[in-house]
Amino acid sequence: MTDRKAKTNSPSGEPRPALPIVEAAVSPEASSRPLWRSLDELTGSEEFWVWARREFPHGAAEFGDGVGRREFLRVMGAALAMAGLAGCARPPQTKIVPYVDQPENIKADRPLQFATAMALGGFGTGLLVRSNEGRPTKIEGNPSHPASLGAAGPFEQAAVLQLYDPDRSRTVLHDGNIEPHGAMLEAVLEEVERHRPEQGRHFRLLTGSVTSPALAAQIEALRATLPAMKWHQWEPISRWSIHQGAQLALGQLAEPDYRLENADVIVSLDYDFLFLAPDRLRLTKAFTSRRRFDQVGFLQPNALLVAEPTLTITGSMAQARLPMAAADMKWLAWTLGAQLGLGPSPARKAEGGVRLWLDTATAALREHRGRSLVLVGPGQDAETHALVHALNQALGNAGQTVVYRQPAAAQPVDHLASMAELVHDLESNAADGIVILGGNPVFTAPADFRLGEKLGRARFSLYLGLYEDETTACCRWHVPEQHFLEGWSDVRAVHGETSIVQPLIAPLYGGVSVHELMAAFLSQPAAQAHEIVREFWRQRLVPDGDFEKRWRQALSDGVIADTATPELGTSTGGGSLPGSARSEETAGQGYEVVFAPDPTIWDGQFANNAWLQELPKPFSKVTWGNPAIVSPAAAQELRVQNGDAIRIRHQGAEVEIPVWIQPGQAARTITLYLGNGRSRAGRVGDGVGVNTYRLRPSSGLWFCRDVEVTRSDRHAELAQTHLHHSLEGRDFFRVLPLTAFAQGKRAEGREPDPEQNQTLYGPASLNTAAYQWGMVINLTSCIGCSACVLACQAENNIPSVGAREVSRGREMHWIRVDHYFEGDPANPQVYQQPVPCMHCENAPCELVCPVEATLHSADGLNQQVYNRCVGTRYCSNNCPYKVRRFNFLQYADTATPSAQLVWNPQVTVRSRGVMEKCTYCVQRIRTAQIQAQEENRPIRDGEVIPACAQACPADAISFGNVADPKSHVSRLKTLASNYSMLGDLNTRPRTTYLARVEWDANPPASPCQRDTA
Amino acid sequence: MGRKPAGLALSTGHRMIPGTAQSKEETRARAERAEEPPRLVQGVATFRSITEQISGIVLNRRHPRSWWIGFGLAFLLTMGLFYAISVLLAVGVGIWGINIPVAWGFAITNFVWWIGIGHAGTLISAILLLLLQKWRNSINRLAEAMTLFAVACAGMFPLLHLGRPWAFFWLLPYPNGMELWPQFRSALVWDVFAVSTYLTVSIFFWYTGLVPDVATLRDRAKNRFTRLIFGFMALGWRGSAKHWRNYESAYLLMAGLSTPLVLSVHSVVSFDFATAIVPGWHSTIFPPYFVAGAVYSGFAMVLNIIIPLRKWYRLENVVTEQHLDHMAKVMLATGLLLAYGYIFEIFFAWYSGDPTEQYSVVNRATGPYAPLFWLLLLVNVVLPQSLWWRSVRTRPVLLFFAALSVNVGMWMERFVIVVVSLNRDYLPSSWRMFTPTGWDWLTLVGSLGLFFALVFLFVRFLPMVTMFEVRDLLAKEKGKSS
Repeated sequence: MTDRKAKTNSPSGEPRPALPIVEAAVSPEASSRPLWRSLDELTGSEEFWVWARREFPHGAAEFGDGVGRREFLRVMGAALAMAGLAGCARPPQTKIVPYVDQPENIKADRPLQFATAMALGGFGTGLLVRSNEGRPTKIEGNPSHPASLGAAGPFEQAAVLQLYDPDRSRTVLHDGNIEPHGAMLEAVLEEVERHRPEQGRHFRLLTGSVTSPALAAQIEALRATLPAMKWHQWEPISRWSIHQGAQLALGQLAEPDYRLENADVIVSLDYDFLFLAPDRLRLTKAFTSRRRFDQVGFLQPNALLVAEPTLTITGSMAQARLPMAAADMKWLAWTLGAQLGLGPSPARKAEGGVRLWLDTATAALREHRGRSLVLVGPGQDAETHALVHALNQALGNAGQTVVYRQPAAAQPVDHLASMAELVHDLESNAADGIVILGGNPVFTAPADFRLGEKLGRARFSLYLGLYEDETTACCRWHVPEQHFLEGWSDVRAVHGETSIVQPLIAPLYGGVSVHELMAAFLSQPAAQAHEIVREFWRQRLVPDGDFEKRWRQALSDGVIADTATPELGTSTGGGSLPGSARSEETAGQGYEVVFAPDPTIWDGQFANNAWLQELPKPFSKVTWGNPAIVSPAAAQELRVQNGDAIRIRHQGAEVEIPVWIQPGQAARTITLYLGNGRSRAGRVGDGVGVNTYRLRPSSGLWFCRDVEVTRSDRHAELAQTHLHHSLEGRDFFRVLPLTAFAQGKRAEGREPDPEQNQTLYGPASLNTAAYQWGMVINLTSCIGCSACVLACQAENNIPSVGAREVSRGREMHWIRVDHYFEGDPANPQVYQQPVPCMHCENAPCELVCPVEATLHSADGLNQQVYNRCVGTRYCSNNCPYKVRRFNFLQYADTATPSAQLVWNPQVTVRSRGVMEKCTYCVQRIRTAQIQAQEENRPIRDGEVIPACAQACPADAISFGNVADPKSHVSRLKTLASNYSMLGDLNTRPRTTYLARVEWDANPPASPCQRDTA
Repeated sequence: MGRKPAGLALSTGHRMIPGTAQSKEETRARAERAEEPPRLVQGVATFRSITEQISGIVLNRRHPRSWWIGFGLAFLLTMGLFYAISVLLAVGVGIWGINIPVAWGFAITNFVWWIGIGHAGTLISAILLLLLQKWRNSINRLAEAMTLFAVACAGMFPLLHLGRPWAFFWLLPYPNGMELWPQFRSALVWDVFAVSTYLTVSIFFWYTGLVPDVATLRDRAKNRFTRLIFGFMALGWRGSAKHWRNYESAYLLMAGLSTPLVLSVHSVVSFDFATAIVPGWHSTIFPPYFVAGAVYSGFAMVLNIIIPLRKWYRLENVVTEQHLDHMAKVMLATGLLLAYGYIFEIFFAWYSGDPTEQYSVVNRATGPYAPLFWLLLLVNVVLPQSLWWRSVRTRPVLLFFAALSVNVGMWMERFVIVVVSLNRDYLPSSWRMFTPTGWDWLTLVGSLGLFFALVFLFVRFLPMVTMFEVRDLLAKEKGKSS
């Protein structure tokens, strides 16, 4: 609680307010309903319906028919709706009236924070959302939620942009025509009646992975009405093999709950758990807690060994990384198992680097029994998972570094089989009514299923979606879905911890809650999501009566206590080690294609999110696109350069895609990121990248062997933010061997930093303020996930500039994550380095500005005065860190009304021709100062947290008062590993780095002892 | 008034001086025999013939077709420039290819280049005057005009390259309610003073020198309108001895005032780079190196203008091969200074022991812009060595191309300094190329258009050769030879 309070901007001592405004806004009295719907409810007249159902009521039909007219009217309609004039959506609130009674907790200049949760792949992450006068503006992690622990990843943080996306669907559509909401409800009721006689035998429900208890209850209720209906689930990034593997090994479906903080040795087989796991934030925190090297005293770093086909952020943290085809991973697992005395040894023997890696892993695992962990990725099959579960049992890790829990999903199923069954039923006309709740399955389903075509066979198909997307095009009814920040729901984290999803704003575009739609199917068309969710929890939360209190507590905490899924016994047994029938399989000599969710737009659901599209993907630093990742060797063989296109053919499907040559990629593996190449994503996402789902067959959802790859003559320009990945032998990134670190050796550079601050003009007039702000970035614990980049973008109103501008080198991110490679291109050492403004005490930028638009504050900030800036860009030229960003054009979208709602009112929106850069989140510093002043106390250590540090799941960024020797950041700066980047230039940066500590031996033979000095 | 020559005080009378017809061969033969330097006014020349010849260019309505073609072309390019500027102001500097890290591209390259070109005019008018170099007399007017136009073109770029050009006056120290001043530690502010001083002094210097000739034009003007205009511009010049005395001392004073500017302006411009910490910029040799380069390119530009003009307007008798020869020699000398600068840039980088500084040299020679660097050495250092041969120096066509090569080379040098230093500095993560856009090119070519359009207009409306000084020269030469 104290932890969280430090992060909120609410007055300390007060509990977080439990949503008075929002509850009022969404309560029936307030009638947030779309206006026309209220009219409909009021009048209910036949004339109204006739009028409303006509496509273009006002004599529009007299126009000559044609494609152009429809398109024109659609665009016009959208424009009108955007201007807030159309009746089809509740316009953004435009009334300006003073409060008559000051509402509780509302101070116009103070933002409020509300707890809610966001689901990705069905699993929730607890969030705190900042609301400025009713507008959600910034999403942060909820420290009390176990899947967030205060951190937030790029997906979660970018959701706020999606909320305001003007391309979101706004109206109910029937066969492409706008229909009133009431007509849809009628159709729903009719449809249920139609299926009732046959008990719903031809009725199908298609959802993603459902963890929402309230939704699951509604689905159960629908099943009670239509007992013969089938509920299908489809997630393109499914976790079924994990569950199924547990079933094979343990005798029941289980979700492994990794305790990375307890593991000395971690061996990951094709599992990018720092990105792919639903609880990635928690795992990151646990994983990096063992490699911070920021404390004086005893520390025991963990060692990570990774075998993976493509370089991932997890692999970049490995002490021993083995690039290996995904198809070989099973063999590797079995060989590892055999070496540890489990199961038969595959006939094929390991050689060379693989041998070395295996021996290292075996030795390390043996030595750290009970303190080690073997993980395997969801792309590997259930047998391998079972083997790994058995391995962890055999090593005594179960119960120590991994416990098993019941899956949190309401009904864990094999998504592929489920989808296959649905497609079969559609094809054989066994299903003729289908309801799709979100997920855009037409785009994400295996290509050979041809779901889109088959949906057309259903008499009734209804799709609830955020966007009018690919699935909309194949369904008869489209219902706009509420964004999770707009409506009530609930969601469970991967280990069951349940959060109430509470809205922060009334639906902007007249979206419909999934619960309300389900209620319509349950013949309760008037039910409200708030009531549905509340009633559901009323029955469960409190047997003893004081529901309101517990409900408010749950809302305020953002997580309902004691809802974690039960632990299963560690020695469940029951299962037996499966045969290794396919363990001899190898990738062979052909090319292998691996499918992976896109690092920034996941399965494609964020394709229309400009923040995420423009977030540089790790290592390649490509934005706005998804080039195929190929190894340097494959590039040589295919004679392609970065950006040259290749054709990949497999099972009759063909994709032409530009390549990105990635050091560390398995030699004959081509990795394709899913999700791009959308045709109906919206104005931002349409036509970005290549649709790789077209190549993804049901027989190889994660990887396919022996694909045909040829060179194509085409070339695409990749929009990259970072082109050179060599350290050039310079010392701006410093590495300290573990033994040297343990001996307290300093992270020396080539040139010593100047002892004395010698400047022509004399030192800046610093130290006049009691607080001197500074930052330390820990290069050992940074995993390079880019959460900081997105946090900064959201906090500081940083515009997206688009692919063309990025490829011209004009991205606006104030903090960037630099990636460097060293060593063998086939398997390089990878370094990542977040670079914000250094806030140099002798800032080179300040001397050269002719108008003094950049200058130093008394508390050590290098400030940029936008008003004064005339845009000579001299400061950027003179910045050795190149952290300054320039508005070469008018990048901030001041034309789209809804795009402005996301802006943080505490941060100036910059116009064209103005330089900008990291401010250390000066608005947060000033807020804290004011707060402290009001309370007549000094600012506490850790009270000011910049957005980047707040989002960081690895706690790699520390910020505080360097004038206070007792502050956390001051203590870090006294560490021997602390160094100033380019300090020899006498810039005296306030942002310093803790050198990356590298393991001398793989893995450390014994715990590292360090003197307290 | 009519026929009364203006240069009254100078002339000892209206004595007609018999000219001696000389062929080129004879001149050259004389020079080789080193009996006496070749004459700076050739052919049958009298005070009157000189006056008529030169004022005739302005007062005669007929202009060679080459003028029309040249002016038309330059005018079109000027319109292109205005279009590019309009788009620039409407859309922003993002229409150019600049980026982070290369935040300065063509605009600053052009600025430095144009400012440098201007230097020749001031050098010819001021320094050579003080050094009593007679051969300056027939080319100084044109060179000074060129200075003005070059500075005008140059001055445009720092304004246009601003992100918010409408706020340019914030760089000026003007009293304001917020007590905000420019930041005097910034070299860009020094630039503002240096360039504006230079422009002001150049204008006055040029105009002062123009007054006696404008008076001549006034006197010779055939219609009332022309007379009125020139009369207005002549500031009441009557050619009295007092006028001449005042004029001479004023002109000498202004020459004295301009002389340090020749050295200071480009030194200050070089501070834009030298005071920054960008490897490849941060170098103490920059001021002299920039000045040498400036004079180098300035003379090249003078040659590039004067060689066609003397042909079109048959001015070979006043702008002789002797003049070309002298200018070529200055080019050769400054070119060698520049080459020395190149060598010492490399030496300093090595001697500094600073890997980033060393890399900036390596990057120039082997990086993505390496072809440009080697081409620059070819056209700026190697080709101009041909000027060691007198046969090149006195052959206008060859000299024209040598000068053109220097002009192109100097532009590339500015580009290499500005862009190739920026494109790879300290952190490899930020390294990025600069690729000019069509707007970059249009602005560069358009500024050339503006420059030449102004030169053409100048040639049309004002005497491009200083009549009274040539007459003076003639008198002195005659005095010497007789």
